[in-house]
Amino acid sequence: MRHIISLLLENESGALSRVSGLFSARGYNIESLTVAPTDDPSLSRMTIVTSGSEQIIEQITKQLNKLIDVVRLIDLTPHRHIEREMMLVKVKVTDNTGREEAKRLTDIFRGNIVDVSQETYVIELTGHGSKLDSFLEALQGFPVMEVVRSGVMGIARGEVALHL
Amino acid sequence: MSETPAKSAAITGAEIFVRCLQEEGVEVVFGYPGGAVLHIYDALYRQDKIAHILVRHEQGAIHAAEGYAKSSDRCGVALVTSGPGATNAVTGIADAYMDSVPLVVFSGQVPTHLIGNDAFQEVDTVGITRPCVKHNFLVKDVKDLATTIKKAFYVATSGRPGPVLVDIPKDVTAQTAVFEYPKQIKMRSYNPTTRGHSGQIRKALELILSAKKPMLYTGGGVILGRASEALTEFTRKLGYPITNTLMGLGGYPASDRQFVGMLGMHGTYEANMGMHHADVLIAIGVRFDDRVTGNIEKFCPYAKIVHIDVDPASISKNVKVDIPIVGQVEPILREMVREMDNMPDQPDQDTLAGWWRQIEEWRAKDCLKYDRSSPIIKPQYVVQKLWELTGGDAFVTSDVGQHQMWAAQFYGFDKPNRWINSGGLGTMGVGLPFAMGAQFAHPDATVTCVTGEASIQMCIQELSTCLQYHLPIKILNLNNRYLGMVRQWQEFFYQGRYAMSYMDALPDFVKLAESYGHVGMRIEEPGDVEGAIREALALKDRLVFMDFITDQTENVYPMIPAGAGQNEMILL
Repeated sequence: MRHIISLLLENESGALSRVSGLFSARGYNIESLTVAPTDDPSLSRMTIVTSGSEQIIEQITKQLNKLIDVVRLIDLTPHRHIEREMMLVKVKVTDNTGREEAKRLTDIFRGNIVDVSQETYVIELTGHGSKLDSFLEALQGFPVMEVVRSGVMGIARGEVALHL
Repeated sequence: MSETPAKSAAITGAEIFVRCLQEEGVEVVFGYPGGAVLHIYDALYRQDKIAHILVRHEQGAIHAAEGYAKSSDRCGVALVTSGPGATNAVTGIADAYMDSVPLVVFSGQVPTHLIGNDAFQEVDTVGITRPCVKHNFLVKDVKDLATTIKKAFYVATSGRPGPVLVDIPKDVTAQTAVFEYPKQIKMRSYNPTTRGHSGQIRKALELILSAKKPMLYTGGGVILGRASEALTEFTRKLGYPITNTLMGLGGYPASDRQFVGMLGMHGTYEANMGMHHADVLIAIGVRFDDRVTGNIEKFCPYAKIVHIDVDPASISKNVKVDIPIVGQVEPILREMVREMDNMPDQPDQDTLAGWWRQIEEWRAKDCLKYDRSSPIIKPQYVVQKLWELTGGDAFVTSDVGQHQMWAAQFYGFDKPNRWINSGGLGTMGVGLPFAMGAQFAHPDATVTCVTGEASIQMCIQELSTCLQYHLPIKILNLNNRYLGMVRQWQEFFYQGRYAMSYMDALPDFVKLAESYGHVGMRIEEPGDVEGAIREALALKDRLVFMDFITDQTENVYPMIPAGAGQNEMILL
């Protein structure tokens, strides 16, 4: 089953490779991994999307907790939570019809066009991964030049929070 | 240092390093110098509180530090230079990681401005060792050095112990800072559990006391957690049979009737059958290693399992357990002993007697029997004689292979920390440096190394270290001219195609020992075994290398073949 695990870890060089090294050394799946410093500059927040049986997920959380650089951890999956991913898509738009159609699709998906050149648009879109997938499907008529996805970030709804 | 600097005066990183080790009470450092650690060696030279032991290869330094730690309750310390010094240390570090040995390893590194430059003797030591350390650090600023060293010792020795590496660039050892050693250290991200959950302890006790066919299965965690006394009290109070893992030998006295021997691939028939038929398994300080469980699908099919361990990640990793208790083994066992009398149900003595009758039937198979009338020296006989002649009280190290199993099977360890071997990584070559470390920790004790002609050659250079420091180790080389365990598997599972397992062109070990300045003996007749060991033990101040020419065809029995269950042993 797919799980989203969020962790706070020491914002130190090497911390990221300890986490990614753990996944490769123990043969765990890793679907996406995002990381950035938090409002507390000594801490980074990482979101890992992984999958496996209950037993494997239990091992993953235990092994992550065992890493000295991991300060706190939460498996968001059993909690009500929000997950978001951001995507930037560069599409080729050569004529007015194409430009109009791209704009219309972007509006339907509540995205933004953030860069315009003679023959290209860069469209920014945020949402659940499946929404981003649908948008790419909807864009099938356009020559897509580049797709950049951020990987999933997640946060629990309500009172549940991952903090020190 | 000859002059102690005033508290506020700045001293060099190298001097800070030495002061930190002194503050930690480190007495012995095993190491090998090189360019990146020259400042540190200079600081070590100018003090006399810490002894530095010069090994002949960095792998030997780490293993010696392991032997020192495993045979005592202290942390092992090693010091190596950058580049090849660090890579040579990796095998030892991985070995310590697998067997949870408390170790702090210091490696020199090229100066900070050269890091990443492919400088002379540069490797990414922190990167290379990351998967095989409990934690590691790169110190980039001399101001962080003391705190980092404090953290290193704290992490290495607390919780589930393990090796911690501190990589120190050369310029950091030359820069100066005011020395201040923190008395205590708190790490927000590291808080190992100590006390077990009382509710879980009561729940476990209920199950344990209601058992009809109980079995205690205990391991290296008992030794590392200094819990053998508590375990002995707990086990005697219960009257249950107990088996030890390879790493747990000595955690419970082997000479006691309740001890049914080691379990696992080459464990006893009674231990493995007991495990297979048990209805309640009490697992203490163990990790359900594949050499213990055999085929996991067939492991303990009837048992409810209680698992006590300091490492939460060990719980239900390989085998799903019913009642886990996370915490230090020793206080948990003490609490269980205290609580036991307050429990409403106590073990049914008639049922227990029936279980013991069954176990004695299995024991009567005498699964460790071998041909005692053989005209060729049987390796088991050598170990048995060693046990007799040392009163079962020697420190025994081993290398890896058949001789390791015979040492484990035939030397009955009554005390913890006496048996020092490489269980997890299975590293050939550890035996001699382990013995060096044990001898440094116990200068007056009898330290013996049971090895084979293949393993001993993997760290043979340390015979030179042994001469330099007058280490009177007794080496028992069970020389069968084969990589015995490889040969055994080839005989059993590859129709006798002995690929690369014959040890050709062996050195004359007697002359080899003599050329290193030691005493060498060659023993070819069973009748000479006892006399030779006696003679060697009497040479109190000399290292003696006993080369026993043993039966080439001897195999380790009993055996659980790969993929089989614990009740599917091959007996002789």
